[in-house]
Amino acid sequence: MKYQSQSVAKPYFVAALALFLGQIVFGLIMGLQYVDGTFLFPAIPFNVAHMCHTNLLIVWLLMAFMGAAYYIVPEEAQTELYSPKLALLTFWVFLIAGAATILGYLLIPYSVLAHATGNHLLPTMGRGYLEQPLPIKIGIVLVALSLLFNLTMTLAKGRKTSLNFILVGALWGLALLFLPAFYFPVDTVKASYSWWWVVHGWVEGDWELILGALLGFIFIKMTGVDREVVEKWLYIIIAMTLMTGIIGIGHHYYYIGAPAYWIWLGSVFSALEPIPFLMLVAFAFRMHAQRRREHPNKAAMLWAMGTPIVAFLGAGVWGFMITLAPVQYYAHGTNLTAAHGHLAFFGAYAMVSLAMISYAMPLLRGREANSLSAQRWEMTGFWLMVLSMFTIALTLTGAGIVTIFLQRATDNPLPFMAVQDKERVFFFIREYAGLGFTAGLLAYLRSFFVRGEYDYTNNVKRALA
Amino acid sequence: MQQQVFTKSMARNIFLGGAGFFLIIYLVLTYDTWQQIPARDHAAAMTPAVIEGKYLVDTNDCMGCHTINGEGAYYAPELDNVYKRRGPAFIKAWIPAMPTGVPGRRQMPHFKFTQVQIGDIVAYLQWLSNVDTNHWPPNIQG
Repeated sequence: MKYQSQSVAKPYFVAALALFLGQIVFGLIMGLQYVDGTFLFPAIPFNVAHMCHTNLLIVWLLMAFMGAAYYIVPEEAQTELYSPKLALLTFWVFLIAGAATILGYLLIPYSVLAHATGNHLLPTMGRGYLEQPLPIKIGIVLVALSLLFNLTMTLAKGRKTSLNFILVGALWGLALLFLPAFYFPVDTVKASYSWWWVVHGWVEGDWELILGALLGFIFIKMTGVDREVVEKWLYIIIAMTLMTGIIGIGHHYYYIGAPAYWIWLGSVFSALEPIPFLMLVAFAFRMHAQRRREHPNKAAMLWAMGTPIVAFLGAGVWGFMITLAPVQYYAHGTNLTAAHGHLAFFGAYAMVSLAMISYAMPLLRGREANSLSAQRWEMTGFWLMVLSMFTIALTLTGAGIVTIFLQRATDNPLPFMAVQDKERVFFFIREYAGLGFTAGLLAYLRSFFVRGEYDYTNNVKRALA
Repeated sequence: MQQQVFTKSMARNIFLGGAGFFLIIYLVLTYDTWQQIPARDHAAAMTPAVIEGKYLVDTNDCMGCHTINGEGAYYAPELDNVYKRRGPAFIKAWIPAMPTGVPGRRQMPHFKFTQVQIGDIVAYLQWLSNVDTNHWPPNIQG
């Protein structure tokens, strides 16, 4: 840690991990409801657990992104953060708003919550990921404005690097792309069409810039590769992201009521969306091969190398599998999408957040790297989580394929629930994989409680022996 | 020092130019789509009952379990063509009869809708079933 004010990142990272654990608990609940439909009913109906699961995902990722930005921007700008106090205040506002949202979902029926929070004045509730009541949405905008003000002022007074421009620019984009959340036309087709501005705009556009910036920063720091090289790679990768991803949004427009030309446009451009992810893999391997030092934080390097690979598989391969319109015709709204969503969200955004936390947290705690025994816990967590998430993706893929052949692409289509009953085995394995993922997360969290730092002398001796 | 053929500022310009170019194309296409939507979804047929029905569907988080035009959660059946699959009478009887309480079966919560509200929801589902979605879903089972 080079600047004292970078330490504001710490509460963001800690809260991100706590919320991540919460997300997984609701995931386990939903997974169990897929196996036993009466589990926790009516205390926590599936849709409530679903909202908690997806909203906690967004909140913890945003927490991690914000923490990463508060850590990276001062270091890149070579100056203290403009206002650490504002950053801390923003942290508490965001955490309390996030907690209030989840408690609201759990304790108050959604329609009552909607009425009590003025949804009838400006309807915004009831869309996936954007279920938050109006005051919370306004709070998110205020938090974003505070973050952007703080970061932009820091950027303005310090060194201007391309990486910082990409990161702060992408955070501006993130905030701007949230604004369509306030636009919810009664026309369902227009509502769907504009909902994707937020969701696709984030995960298949803007967030990829954040992903690139975070990975770029980690590689500059950990490998010692020249920043000119890293930044050139980044520009080309994010250029490909937006050149494929902007029109690639059309793959959401095939069957929601939009004109048929989206079938062609969406297929062609979204089929190219794996390219930037593949480039990210090439970038990571190139940087690793050209490293000028062996960084003692092996766990962080494992996360940084794993991120583009799992992101490419989840977003690239699984995304491509369902993106062409003739395939999507049968796969739309099946668990194939859930398989892709899980592996892509985890591989790209959860893993890059964990990579950043893995790199920065030891530094925030006053050491370059954790002890090897702490790193072993962390790397155990890595493998358990990655392999479990693969299993989850595979089982959901299996379930989706069964739906396609029994309910969709058949002359004698069976009813939805009859088909779901035939997929029980997949949901069963999925829940076990979820438990495996939880074990991985707990092993990962355990690593933070292993004391001591990396012992250079001892480890060099051991390596020589 | 060897002269660089491909510089960072060239890379940045490709990024800015490429993103800007495709954003403009997207905005033009979106304008055209906007003009076409009202005819494709029969926006004129959105009566006050349909609009109220949609509001109820949103504020009770139906998409937290169901899909509508394939979007939402995958826990419960597609609602785009449920009007054609089940018919209005069935839906009107089904919603207030929830939950079934059958052991192990997925449960739908009991929503305290009035008869008028259920009528509004059915009106919305009927409107929804007539949206031109490029022949999706593939069959009546959704």
